[in-house]
Amino acid sequence: MSELDHRFRRGHDDLGLRRALPGRLLPALVAAMAFLAALAAAGVVATAHLATQWQHGALAAVTIQVPRPGEPAADDAQDQTRRAAVQAVLAATSGVSVHQLDEGELADLLRPWLGDSAERLSLPLPAVFALHLADPDRDLAALTTRLDQAAPGTLVERHELWRGRLAALARSLQAAAGLALLLVGGIAVAAITVATRAGLAARREAIELVHQIGAPDRFIAQRFAARASLLALIGGTIGALAALPVLLILAWLAAPLTGLTPRLATLALLLPPPLWASLLALPAAAAAIGWVTAQATVRGWLALLP
Amino acid sequence: MVRLDNIGLDYGPPGGGGHTVLSDISFALPQGGFSWLLGPSGAGKSSLLRLLMLAARPSRGHLEILGADIARARRGALPGLRRRIGVVFQDFRLLDHLSAFDNVALPLRLAGRPEGQVRADVAEMLHWVGLFERAEARPAELSGGEQQRLAISRAVIARPALLLADEPTGNLDDAQAERLMQLLHELNRLGTSVIVATHNEALVARHPAAALRLHHGRLAQAAPA
Repeated sequence: MSELDHRFRRGHDDLGLRRALPGRLLPALVAAMAFLAALAAAGVVATAHLATQWQHGALAAVTIQVPRPGEPAADDAQDQTRRAAVQAVLAATSGVSVHQLDEGELADLLRPWLGDSAERLSLPLPAVFALHLADPDRDLAALTTRLDQAAPGTLVERHELWRGRLAALARSLQAAAGLALLLVGGIAVAAITVATRAGLAARREAIELVHQIGAPDRFIAQRFAARASLLALIGGTIGALAALPVLLILAWLAAPLTGLTPRLATLALLLPPPLWASLLALPAAAAAIGWVTAQATVRGWLALLP
Repeated sequence: MVRLDNIGLDYGPPGGGGHTVLSDISFALPQGGFSWLLGPSGAGKSSLLRLLMLAARPSRGHLEILGADIARARRGALPGLRRRIGVVFQDFRLLDHLSAFDNVALPLRLAGRPEGQVRADVAEMLHWVGLFERAEARPAELSGGEQQRLAISRAVIARPALLLADEPTGNLDDAQAERLMQLLHELNRLGTSVIVATHNEALVARHPAAALRLHHGRLAQAAPA
């Protein structure tokens, strides 16, 4: 009986699913889906990162222009300039960091329009403060009123138009990447459903017999689900591994934009942690999709039997 | 054990347009009985067996098997009942991709028996039907008679309360058929109710027992032979 003992240790394939759900086509399909899913996940993570950067960078910035900064402030009791009055108001405001542009920075700003002669033209330049808000969504109405009282004519510019456009762009990029991810998941479900149905058709007689001699639906569904999730796990792993070098190359190319210096030693740092997490989760997600899809397909098919 | 009241069975779409194969069948079989199911081809023997093995639910009437009301039973309750019914199919229905051993082991594994017990029981059963030396063979490598003995082994391995056999002697010579009958009587003595469908009248004459005779889908005789 030693030969029999050997057979039993390998586990039973009562329904002959190793041949009915062959080990090449489904993993190949799932690997392709997982590869696309990894790219879509990278899109989601990258656009989320971009949106956050915009939110805390460009979108949190406010420009304040004070015309005629050297003149006395409107209701000045202490004989201070309009610039000093605005500075005093800003210094007393919490939740903001203030930077006043010096003459060199102002000249840099104007150079595209006026060239190098900007400083020599003795134009009546305003004082410019750059404000960074700790809370990008903060309401600035009260601050605007106080500034206008301190130095009438002071302009508070929040880049509302760009703020709206960038937020919309970030949202639509994220939605597109998310939609691609959903679509890939849907196609994976469809592929596994078709493969499971083909397996059911190939093993129809065996399944009907096993059903007839008393196998509950869950027994048959579990056999299919175990096989389908194993094949999907293999496919998901292959797809994630194949996507890794592509993502690293993309990240390498994008490194100057994200402020990282591409070095081999910091390869792991090139991809943001959420993307690493997504790549690790891909095989598990593929296996889960395989398991649930095969269970649902087989149970739906078996429900037609008495 | 088995009770049928005015059972009818239609094939085809539910709600009309179907083809009636059984009508007004009523009989009761006691626990531990042995019954022949007789009648010419097309009389409805296989359809009646399908009802008794729970491969179909009746279109009309009241069907009680192993104490369960089949018309009212939940679908989830049927697998447990099926595991208490052994079936020898006319065409054997052995699984080609499994060895003889694994084919016979299937009902025990479905019942969740420990693997050690499965091995011991299957080995004993294969010894009993003279197939132990062929345990590793695939069904396709076995002769017709060996396949039949394998099908019978699978039907009885889990000690069913009810054994249904559809033309079990069809592929056997007289000596093998007699041996099979001894095996069925042995099981019957151990408490299994046995129903054997056949049109081998000579066999019936040699083994007199209660007989159900079907004719054109109706019961023509339901009395002890």
